Amino acid sequence: MPFSFFGGIFPEYNKENTSASPVIEMAQPSEVALPLLQHTGAPCKPIVNVGDYVRVGEKIADSEEKLSAPVHASVSGVVTSIEPCPHPSGTKVQAVIIKNDFEDTSVPGCEEVTDDFENLSPEQIISIAREAGIVGMGGAGFPLAAKLTTAYEKKIDTIIINGSECEPYITADHRAMVEYPRKVVDGIRLIMHCLGGKTALLAIEENKPDAIATMKTTAEGTGIHIVSLKTKYPQGSEKHLIKTLTGREVPPGRLPMDIGCGVFNVDTCASLCRAVKKGQPLIKRIVTVSGSAVVTPKNLLVRIGARYKDVFEFCGDFYEDPYKIICGGPMMGLAQYSLETPVIKSTSALLAFCSDEESFEKESACIRCGRCVRSCPMRLMPNYINLYASAGDIDECVKLNVSDCIECGCCSYVCPAKLNLVQVMRMIKEKLKRKG
Amino acid sequence: MPLEPLFIFIRKKENTATDLSCVVTGILLAFCLPVTVPYWLVAAGAAFAVIVVKMLFGGRGKNFANPALAARAFLYAWPMLMTTFVSPLSGDRISIFSAQILRGGDFTEVIDSITTATPLKELKTGVMPAEGLFDIFMGNVGGCIGETCSAIIMLGGLYLLYRRVITWHIPVMYLGTVAFITLLFPLTGEIFDYEFMLAELFGGGLMLAAFFMATDYSTSPTTAKGKLIFGVGCGLLTVFFRYFGSYSEGVSYAVLLMNIFAFSLDKVTRPRRFGIGGKKYYDEKR
Repeated sequence: MPFSFFGGIFPEYNKENTSASPVIEMAQPSEVALPLLQHTGAPCKPIVNVGDYVRVGEKIADSEEKLSAPVHASVSGVVTSIEPCPHPSGTKVQAVIIKNDFEDTSVPGCEEVTDDFENLSPEQIISIAREAGIVGMGGAGFPLAAKLTTAYEKKIDTIIINGSECEPYITADHRAMVEYPRKVVDGIRLIMHCLGGKTALLAIEENKPDAIATMKTTAEGTGIHIVSLKTKYPQGSEKHLIKTLTGREVPPGRLPMDIGCGVFNVDTCASLCRAVKKGQPLIKRIVTVSGSAVVTPKNLLVRIGARYKDVFEFCGDFYEDPYKIICGGPMMGLAQYSLETPVIKSTSALLAFCSDEESFEKESACIRCGRCVRSCPMRLMPNYINLYASAGDIDECVKLNVSDCIECGCCSYVCPAKLNLVQVMRMIKEKLKRKG
Repeated sequence: MPLEPLFIFIRKKENTATDLSCVVTGILLAFCLPVTVPYWLVAAGAAFAVIVVKMLFGGRGKNFANPALAARAFLYAWPMLMTTFVSPLSGDRISIFSAQILRGGDFTEVIDSITTATPLKELKTGVMPAEGLFDIFMGNVGGCIGETCSAIIMLGGLYLLYRRVITWHIPVMYLGTVAFITLLFPLTGEIFDYEFMLAELFGGGLMLAAFFMATDYSTSPTTAKGKLIFGVGCGLLTVFFRYFGSYSEGVSYAVLLMNIFAFSLDKVTRPRRFGIGGKKYYDEKR
């Protein structure tokens, strides 16, 4: 590893619960809710009506916009309604509700197999990715087709595959690499083929030795280099992964493609492989269900649109009423307010915690210890941003580059005064966004 | 030394805050006073530290200077009391001291105690102190309560480093700077006089200040670069005051002066923005 990045933290990873448990396909839920916005970009418009019968893999919503990804039915059945539904982001988003008939009838042609992708042109691969509704499955949900198009146009020189999975608890990508290495490798080869790259770097944190070993044997002779990285949070952050592997830094407000790098998540690669080889759109994904309140933590292959209550029920429900439910990892995930919320394309984990893990420590005065300055991977000074924010001086916060914050939460994690630093940063960023 | 718990006890009464930070201030203040000072002086210093330096400037984290050191500087209004040192273990005089205090007697009149000069006082005149280097290192010399035994202080400092309470930047740069200058320009006139250098390092309050006072969070910069500059600044000023000041000791004023620059140092040593500057690995026109 030629470089490292500044800052970062070493939290408890708590991955043992699920790191060795094989992915189990979850029983089909009786009803799915498919939000029309499951990605970064423009929301889709439904192309089905209430009362229509849809089959598995049928496209039910699409958009004309470039930065978007269509939504497909994950079960077969009748569309019962199109209504606002709780969304992991904390808002309500229009969703297509489908009542499952448990027939699992799929779209004709859905099983079509294309084995020799060497003959596919980049445009074809991009259009397959678009039609299959694939988005970045690491968390942000950036539409894959849009990313591939930009990467193709900008002629990137480095393809990076992100298998670092630095968030505590989550083992979804880990299991994908251990159990579907072939699909991951083929997906990476597709991306390499599409972007004309001869090599790709697959980065895995060294706390997943089995994944590193499996990927090394599977990727033999494909031009994919497996790079084992030091376990450090937030290693999986796109910007810091690039920094670690190439030494390049993404300038503020620019994309990784601007400095010649394209970063793709391992599970995204596996999904692309399924789309190209089997014609299967993105209708399932691996979700890690863990946390102290969950009776049997599992890695599940969940149909997108399954509601949290069904997912947790499949995992033996809760020991007690959970104190907190988080979608994503504990560092950057979002606290959820409803068990009716569905799993979406970018949901990598669902965590439920008991009340005894609650810790609501009172904030005390900043003692200027500088730990936040030392831990911030973006090299910001959270202590001063917090100081100016509490004085209402947003202009000064802008001068301190508050907009660079990636909201990784390292500052809040290390603060001995228990200050809500990352929360303050998010608040200011939100204020700035509203100001325009 | 036995008076130390009493000092702390007195200090505790000053402030009812439960975070114990005032206790740290109290201990540090006690550490930088001679053992012979009367209690009222300690109380005055403690009150100054907490009320004037800390509370009036906004409480914990907002004081502009190290409260204990500022109080020590304030107490130099009574220079006689502040610069009278007894040599360690100079007889069983503690009880007599206590009796004197109870009677309200003046310490300087206690003829039984053997007053002594600190090693620094002798060094200032360009002669090596009568005590050997080992005695200086082990604290078998005159000086303030908590500054004499460099061996123990360094152990404490290493513990703080091990627990990651402090970082290496300030102590290393501070001690390094002092060592560098005293090695090149010793007052003995002999260049590379390492004995003089070691005596300067271990002889006064330098160790205590480098590990326990200059590293005070509130009054030191928060950036790594800022800390490095802060340490060098402390070192330069310390030697300057020790060589050219009217007192033999310069540590406290050096640290106090640098305290004032903590905010400015943070401002000028702001870390490089991610993605701006640094090495260019890509085509700008892309």
